[in-house]
Amino acid sequence: MISTAPTATDAPIETGVLASSSCHREIVSLEDVSYSYGAQQVLDKVSFVVRERDFIGLIGSNGAGKTTLLRMIVGLLKPTSGEIKLFGTPMSKFKDWQLIGYVPQRNHFNPLFPATVREVVLSGLYGRRKLLKRITKEDHLRAEDALNTLKIRELAEKRIGELSGGQQQRVFLARALINNPKLLILDEPMSGIDTETQNNFFNLLLHMHKKHNITFLMVSHDMEMVRSYLGEIPRAKSGKLSFHVRHSHDLEDCGETDLLHSLRKEG
Amino acid sequence: MELLSAEFFQRALIGGALIAITSPLLGLFLVLRRLAMIGDTLAHVSIAGVALGFLINVYPVAVGLAFAILASFGIEVLRRRYRSFAELSIAIIMSGGIGLASLLFTVGKGYNLDVNSYLFGSIYTLNNADILIIAIITVIVLAVVIALRKELFLLTFDEDAASVSGLPVRYFNILISIMTALVISASIKIVGALLVSALLMIPAACSLVLSKSFRQSIILVILIGEVAVVCGLWMAGIWNLAPGGTVVLLLIAILLASLVMTRRARV
Repeated sequence: MISTAPTATDAPIETGVLASSSCHREIVSLEDVSYSYGAQQVLDKVSFVVRERDFIGLIGSNGAGKTTLLRMIVGLLKPTSGEIKLFGTPMSKFKDWQLIGYVPQRNHFNPLFPATVREVVLSGLYGRRKLLKRITKEDHLRAEDALNTLKIRELAEKRIGELSGGQQQRVFLARALINNPKLLILDEPMSGIDTETQNNFFNLLLHMHKKHNITFLMVSHDMEMVRSYLGEIPRAKSGKLSFHVRHSHDLEDCGETDLLHSLRKEG
Repeated sequence: MELLSAEFFQRALIGGALIAITSPLLGLFLVLRRLAMIGDTLAHVSIAGVALGFLINVYPVAVGLAFAILASFGIEVLRRRYRSFAELSIAIIMSGGIGLASLLFTVGKGYNLDVNSYLFGSIYTLNNADILIIAIITVIVLAVVIALRKELFLLTFDEDAASVSGLPVRYFNILISIMTALVISASIKIVGALLVSALLMIPAACSLVLSKSFRQSIILVILIGEVAVVCGLWMAGIWNLAPGGTVVLLLIAILLASLVMTRRARV
C-alpha cells in the first residue's frame, strides 16, 4: 500500500499552519513542566509529546496533578517552570485557540443556568475570533449540524439543567466540536455518568478518532476504562501520572476534513 | 391624573424607566456569576463617595461613581488574595464603605447633608442633569451589552471555556465591574443605597425560575424591572408612599408570584 501522505518528520511546524499533511506533527509538547501551589509541588518536570492522531488517556489518582496539567495546556494556568508548545508554537505566542475544543468537567458549570441546549452549543463559536461579529445563518447551520451529529437535536430547546448527565456531556461535546477543532481536550468526561452511557460516549470518541483527523487528550480517574480502551501499558509515566496512548493509522490522508459534515454523512 | 402633569413626577418616571432597563440587565449577569452581593457593596461605598462629594462641593453622583469603580477594583484585588474565600472581599469592602460613609455623615452634620435621601432614594428630586446622566449611562450599558452579548453569555456560562476560546476574560471582568459601578451610582438617587440591590437582583431571581433560555431571561428581567418601577412609582404617587420602598415591595410581590407559579421548579 502506498500512502499519499509524505513521511513524518520531527521538524518544527510553522505557527498554526495546517496545510501540511503529515500525521505526526507535534500537537502539544511539554518540556520539563513543573507546577507548584505555594510550597507544594504538584507536577515535577513533566515532559511529554502529543502527536497528531493520538488518543491520550491521562490517568492518575486524586491529587496527581491531572487537572492542573490540563489547565496549563489550555492556558488557564501558567507553569512554574518549563515550556508548553501548542501546534509547535510556544504558549505565550499561541493564538489559534479555535483549533482546540475543550470539554470542561461537568460539575464545573451551574446546572441551573437559564440557557437552552442550542444556546450552549452555539456559544462554542464565540471567542476572540468573532468578537463583535453577529451570529450568522451559517453559524446556526453549524449548530444544527452539531446537534444532529450528537443526536441531541430534539433536546435543542430544553434548558441545559433538565438534561441527564450523559445528555449534558453530549451538549458540551457538540459545543467543542462546532469549531471543527484539531485537538479535543476532555476533563473527566465520564464522571457521574452510568457505565452504559460511559461506554457509548467512549465509543463515539473512538469512532471520531478512527475516522477523522482529530487528536484527543482526555483526563480520567477511571483507570480501568482508560486501560481497556487505550492499552494496558502507558507510553510514559511521570510522578503519579501515566499517559496511555492509542495512535490511529486508519487514515491515509491527513488533510482537512470538516468533522461535523463528515460525521453527519456517516449517519 | 394631576400627578402625570407634574414635572417632578415625569422626571421620576423617565429616570425610573431608564434605570429599570440597565439595573436588572446587569443584575442578571451578576447573579449568574454568583456575585449577587456586589451590588450592595458598591452601593454602600458609593454612598461614602456621595457624602464626600457634598462635603467638598463636587457633583456627588460623580464622586460616588469614582468610589464605586475604585471599590470594584479593590474587590478584584482581594478576590485574588483570598481565592477560596471570594465572599470575604465583598464583606470587607462593604463594611469599609459603610464605615467611611457613617464617618463622613457625622463630619457633614452641619452641612445640611440629607442622609435619608441617599439611603432610601429621592426620585422626586431628580433634576435635568440627573436625567441626562442616567440616560447616558443607559445608552452606554445597553450598547456594550448588545455588542458583546455573545461574549458575555460565554463568560457568564463558563469562564474557563471563555478563556480557552481566547476571550480576554480579565478585561471583561473589569468591564462588568465598571458597568455595575455606573448603574449603581445612577440608581442610588432613585431607589437609595439600601434598596439598589433589589432592582439588580430580584428580577434575575424571578427569571431564574421562569425562563428556559438566556434570551428569554434577558427580556424577562427588563420587563419585570419596568413593571415594578412604573407601577411602583404610580402607586407611590397616588397613595403618597415612599417610592423606593414601593418599587422594592412590588418586585418582591412579583417574585412571590413567580415562585408560586412554578412551585415544582427547584433553583
